[in-house]
Amino acid sequence: MGLFDFAEGREGYYGKFGGTFLPEILHATIEELKACFRECKNDPSFWREYVELMQSYSGRPTPVTYLPNLSAKLGGAQIYVKREDLNHTGSHKVNNVIGQGLLCKRLGKKRVIAETGAGQHGFATATMAAKFGFDCTIYMGAVDVARQRPNVFWMENLGAEVVAVTDGQQTLKDAINEAMRDWVTNMADTHYVLGTACGPHPFPEMVSWFQSIVGLEAREQILAQTGKLPNKVFACVGGGSNAMGLFQGFLDDDVELIGCEAGGHGPESHQHASRLAYTDASLGVAQGYKTYFLQNEEGNMNETHSIAAGLDYIGVNPIMAYLWEQGRVRFDAATDDEVRDALRLVMSTEGLIPALESTHGFAKALQEAAKMNKDEIVLINMSGRGDKDIFTVADALDDNKWKHFISQKAAQYAQEKNS
Amino acid sequence: MSLREYLATSRGDKPMQIMAHVVCGYPSFEDNMRELEIMAANGVDVVELQFPFSEPSADGPLFVRANELSLKAGTTVEQCFDFMAQVSGKFPFKVLMMGYYNTIFKMGEEKYIARLKEAGGVGFIVPDLPIEEAGELYSVADREGISPIVLMTPTTSDARMEVLGKAASGFVYVVARKGVTGSKTQMGDDVSALVKRVRQHTDVPVAVGFGISSREDIDFLKDIADIAIIGTAALKTWEEQGPEAFDALFASLTAR
Repeated sequence: MGLFDFAEGREGYYGKFGGTFLPEILHATIEELKACFRECKNDPSFWREYVELMQSYSGRPTPVTYLPNLSAKLGGAQIYVKREDLNHTGSHKVNNVIGQGLLCKRLGKKRVIAETGAGQHGFATATMAAKFGFDCTIYMGAVDVARQRPNVFWMENLGAEVVAVTDGQQTLKDAINEAMRDWVTNMADTHYVLGTACGPHPFPEMVSWFQSIVGLEAREQILAQTGKLPNKVFACVGGGSNAMGLFQGFLDDDVELIGCEAGGHGPESHQHASRLAYTDASLGVAQGYKTYFLQNEEGNMNETHSIAAGLDYIGVNPIMAYLWEQGRVRFDAATDDEVRDALRLVMSTEGLIPALESTHGFAKALQEAAKMNKDEIVLINMSGRGDKDIFTVADALDDNKWKHFISQKAAQYAQEKNS
Repeated sequence: MSLREYLATSRGDKPMQIMAHVVCGYPSFEDNMRELEIMAANGVDVVELQFPFSEPSADGPLFVRANELSLKAGTTVEQCFDFMAQVSGKFPFKVLMMGYYNTIFKMGEEKYIARLKEAGGVGFIVPDLPIEEAGELYSVADREGISPIVLMTPTTSDARMEVLGKAASGFVYVVARKGVTGSKTQMGDDVSALVKRVRQHTDVPVAVGFGISSREDIDFLKDIADIAIIGTAALKTWEEQGPEAFDALFASLTAR
């Protein structure tokens, strides 16, 4: 039985995870969305249109790249990378956003709203809204607005309104709450483009469906290039949409799937965003769904931490939680330090610049690849590119020349202002 | 006495019955107690005690901040129940728990209902728990004589009102408009039509909430609904104008 063949009365559940926990006022809106999504999923012309658009607008299929230098250096498995970084807007987020844009057209709605943490999803949504002619509001925690100005710059220039959310920790989860508040007011003409495979049903299924394009392509590509399937497939897991996308290509194969969470300062630190690999999280219900959350014993959410804003989130995709419980997906976590080291290594040996989020997958994959045989294959999802997040990456690498450049730039702006 | 029986006996010659709201531990439990004393003195019929939660997604800005600051000050679920026990022993009005489902889920449904009953609570309002997910909790509540309060909204279809009406206990909470708590609602034909539609699907009393802030609202609602729910307006008055204005607000809302 497939993941999405729900038993009677269990629609939207994956084992004990998932569900729809929303205020009554949104019931009709969610029913409308479910019906529209079902119609799209059952209509082959919808998927065709989606794939064509992803080709012409975002450059799909993205390649699978062999990393000969790194493979030789580590002396173990042969390492391949799925290049979601080569998408328009620089990450896998665009897959989901374009899909939901097409769906929003079918719904007949004229406005889209979205939450964003690092800004990737907000950036992608603003791009889609500009292309499809939707009004667009992006909710972003005030802390994130302050640390991700380049993405805010692009969102605003693409025509979106960016609202800085000052509640709670002023990060991703608070942006989701605020987007929900907008939605309960404006649902008649507004679609909520949730950015990851979390939240109430049908979002986990819907986002996973759009992201499945990654795994469908990757399976074919790796078979064509190597004549066999990979032994292990790695992807970073924040909400879990890029991992769901890639893993779906290999669920029925004898392939080990490994989700890599944000280990932050490590397992005992309580400063991380690892829901499944570490042991602090527990089952709960928040933000519309049931899953493992980083929360206290009374059910209030804990603060989370990661070097990568895109992984810095309290909950995890309910489908992934189910696959983990079933033993189908193994979970591990990469610490901030491991991520910095992996990023330097990948840049210097292969000339690739993965986003800090994606580098979590690299960090764990490289450790395991080194211990594998030379005839084995490892596939990593490079879910986003890091070069565009130059401010964040420069901070993470603590680059003094960059800091010098920025202070000079600041002095120049100050002088211009005064003259 | 069940919530419904209580409401029938406490009606008297009031223009409407009033349900008021406080966020436990905000601004402080001492402030809460003073607020409740004023509410009781003005003849408020029911009070919802909100247990603060870190993700109050159905609340507007004022209550969001109240939830956040209360938690920051260290408010725990146990303190909220202890406070509820004090309050229900001290005042004539009936007390409900208002909060989010994760608080109940983490505690365990059986234990939650037992603790609520022990603290003198007679019902609960949990806005993020849809009826499809509420089966177990509602049946435990029913067994213990606790009323789960169902919500009906402008977007609720007749077919769904029929389903919700069957589960209704105590009273129905009618959400007067789309959105979150705290913004003004224009009382008018939409609200009347909504309440009429609700009455076709249930015979329990009808309470109207979201955006009720003045005597004018009560005068509009008194001929169509049974209970007016005052939330944000009261907290706003307490914060901005203090106890005297708070007293004046409730005096005006409850005046015969």
